[in-house]
Amino acid sequence: MSALLEVTGVTKRYPGVVANDNVSLTVNAGEVVALLGENGAGKSTLLKAVFGLIKPDSGEIKIGGTPIVFGDTAGVISRGVGMVHQHFQLVPVMTVAENIILGDEPKRGIFINKKAAHDEILALSKRYGLEVDPEAVIEDLPVGMQQRVEILKALRKDVKLLILDEPTAVLTPQEIDELLSVIRKLADSGVGIVLITHKLHEVMAVADRVVVLRGGKLVGATSPKETDEAGLAQMMVGRSVVLQVNRTEAKRGAVVLEVKGLQVRDDRKILSVKGVDLSLHKGEILGVAGVEGNGQREFVEAICGMRHREAGEVLINGVATKDMHPHAVHEAGISHIPEDREKHGLVSNYSIADNLVLNQFDQTPFAKGWVRNLAEVAKNAISTVEKFDIRTPSAFNSASSLSGGNKQKVVVARELSEELPVLVAAQPTRGVDVGSIEFIHNQLISARDRGAAVLLVSAELDEILSLSDRIAVMSDGKIVAIVESKDADRNYIGRLMAGLKE
Amino acid sequence: MSETNVDKKVVKNQSEESRKKFDVGSWLIPIVAVLVAMLLAAILIKLQGLNPITAYKSLFKTAFGSIEGLGVTLGKSTPLVLSGLAVAVGLRAGLFNIGAQGQLLSGALAAAWAGVTFDGLPGYIHIPIALVIGAFFGSVVAGISGFLKAYRGVHEVITTIMLNSIVMAVADYLASGKLREPDQFLTRTSEIAESAKLPIYGNLPSGFFMAVVLAISIWWILGRTTSGFRIETVGRNRHAAWYAGIPVKRTVISAMLISGSIAGLGGAVETLGITYRYAPAFNLGLGFDGITIALLGRVHPIGIIPGAVLIGGMRAGAANMQFDSGVAPELVDLLMALILLLVTAPLITRFFKNSSNKSMTSGWGN
Repeated sequence: MSALLEVTGVTKRYPGVVANDNVSLTVNAGEVVALLGENGAGKSTLLKAVFGLIKPDSGEIKIGGTPIVFGDTAGVISRGVGMVHQHFQLVPVMTVAENIILGDEPKRGIFINKKAAHDEILALSKRYGLEVDPEAVIEDLPVGMQQRVEILKALRKDVKLLILDEPTAVLTPQEIDELLSVIRKLADSGVGIVLITHKLHEVMAVADRVVVLRGGKLVGATSPKETDEAGLAQMMVGRSVVLQVNRTEAKRGAVVLEVKGLQVRDDRKILSVKGVDLSLHKGEILGVAGVEGNGQREFVEAICGMRHREAGEVLINGVATKDMHPHAVHEAGISHIPEDREKHGLVSNYSIADNLVLNQFDQTPFAKGWVRNLAEVAKNAISTVEKFDIRTPSAFNSASSLSGGNKQKVVVARELSEELPVLVAAQPTRGVDVGSIEFIHNQLISARDRGAAVLLVSAELDEILSLSDRIAVMSDGKIVAIVESKDADRNYIGRLMAGLKE
Repeated sequence: MSETNVDKKVVKNQSEESRKKFDVGSWLIPIVAVLVAMLLAAILIKLQGLNPITAYKSLFKTAFGSIEGLGVTLGKSTPLVLSGLAVAVGLRAGLFNIGAQGQLLSGALAAAWAGVTFDGLPGYIHIPIALVIGAFFGSVVAGISGFLKAYRGVHEVITTIMLNSIVMAVADYLASGKLREPDQFLTRTSEIAESAKLPIYGNLPSGFFMAVVLAISIWWILGRTTSGFRIETVGRNRHAAWYAGIPVKRTVISAMLISGSIAGLGGAVETLGITYRYAPAFNLGLGFDGITIALLGRVHPIGIIPGAVLIGGMRAGAANMQFDSGVAPELVDLLMALILLLVTAPLITRFFKNSSNKSMTSGWGN
């Protein structure tokens, strides 16, 4: 029997860059192949080629032994290739069943046969051991459950090869564990799986084989048995990467940021931050750990003036900041790396140069009165691109041309350029490659060392543990505990995150 | 010392590279659109049994073949440059101002009123006053939509369309009532005073040069000033603009006010430079042509000028073309419609395709 997917010598050149350079890859039924690579390494290009969305300059792609035809995406899908995207493609107001059958509905006459759909989904979820409630509405479900729906949607089309694009980026540790066992189960039932991820311990846990892309080239094929996380990181980046952050003892100073009795409502007007008090000192990193959706996002947005504070106040050096006015809060002394960099952090069709001055464009030296000083903007851009190692042919390319990690570096560079007393970093390394993560972590540490008070909110417990001087655990809209990081115990924090008392 | 020199050179090279945004590919679209539209129209002319070559020859010779013709062309182009500019400023701020027509009408009527009322002033005072009043009324009409958009979330397409009808009705009412020419039964105002008429320099209308200067100013404001940057940022990513401290609501309103004042100015220039009075039939469609011209000019303040001159020239030459070749002057409307169709298909998708684009391939890791 031929392999499910056979990529032979695929090369794809774009002006100025070879996105895929003679890449070969095989995926067999029943195995989990992890595809690793920094952002910009060529994973996307390869996948687009597999789906027939782009035409390789040379090389061949076979699915189940037959070559694919460029442009025939429907043909690729009908041969049993499915993909679960990083950004879910679900209709939030429809039920699980409706989402899964969307596009291929069981019918009775001209009506949708809801009963048949319901039964089919139950059978499907039983067969793969993926429990869902067919009548639940998507937007009410936690992210992990939504992803399960995405997977079921793919499986319903009789998928033989399932591609998962950074599936764990938005999941909680518990959900990740569940997903990994689902992946294993699917592979055991004969599905071939390509797993794209940045998280090396997941690769170690679930993959049968690991394929590493770097700069468009296939730089290595290995298996978890033959290497370890450090080895994988080195293959990806091309140099040894310090996975453990080196940091000195914090020199904790006076209180800079004070949050008093903060209450905030989420988008559905439900109280999601239920009275939080928190003091952040000069020269420390305070990590906020918590299962996503426990009020962290609303907490950060309220502090930074982006969401209405229902009650309570946020003080910087004893002075209350304005509600619902991000710029005033910024002026008062908070730099903010926003969670959603595409929405708030960047204007994607502006140049990198303009994005780097987005919050200072009307201040000296970037403007003289009414007129912008483009020479200064350019100078700033060129030096920042170099200093922050933003990988781009020119500082005047549009931000949309950058990879995720480099986009994030633009945001980080801009927010750190002013050296304000407080830095709030929300999920600063989400969807960012290993090399950039290391860089961003070091930037956070050096911000701390110059005396900034850093509030780090992250869904990655490892990130919190390795960077924080103190750890606050948030659960159900409240800070349930604050521990010194040297006393922090992974299991203990995990239990607190899950809402258990002790 | 040498290091800073190198630094400057790098800055210069890189920023020059970025200014090459005038890439040939993107400017090819409007040119091809015009040529294809003319080709399609030629086929229709041929089907009528007439000669398209004679028709086009006559059209363009009349419009651009002589100084006199060019004068008429530029006169017709002037309000088109301004209404195109008005629509473009709106689009830059992410606003689709369909109401240029209504704003232009209010400006035309207001300028006519000013032109009649302030008789006796010297020209160098009378003309600016009339222009400013025209611009003011245009901005008031657009400002209503801007306010509703910013503070009530009402979509500007809806309000500007509705205001078009309202302004048209109010203008008709005034032109047939309070502002009607005394002792006349036509729905029109009196002719404006001589002092309010825009001067013509050897066939070339002064209004056109004013419009060009305004287009260049708008280009400079959008590209080089902090206000322009605010408008562009709000247009491209409202959320990021808000986060970065740009007052989004105020920017939306001011963009609408600027857009409306330019459209109003377009109406005023039409009144003071060509029609010399307000009559409902005079200004038909100028504001809507602005949409075509803005898109034809790729929403670029300078790009709008050739687009407007082309359309203005066709309008100027249409009557003569009928005389020479028998092709009806409505051919120009047909051409405009075809151009709009051809130019918008690729443009609109690109202009509104922001970062929120969730196509099948987005979010694939890199």
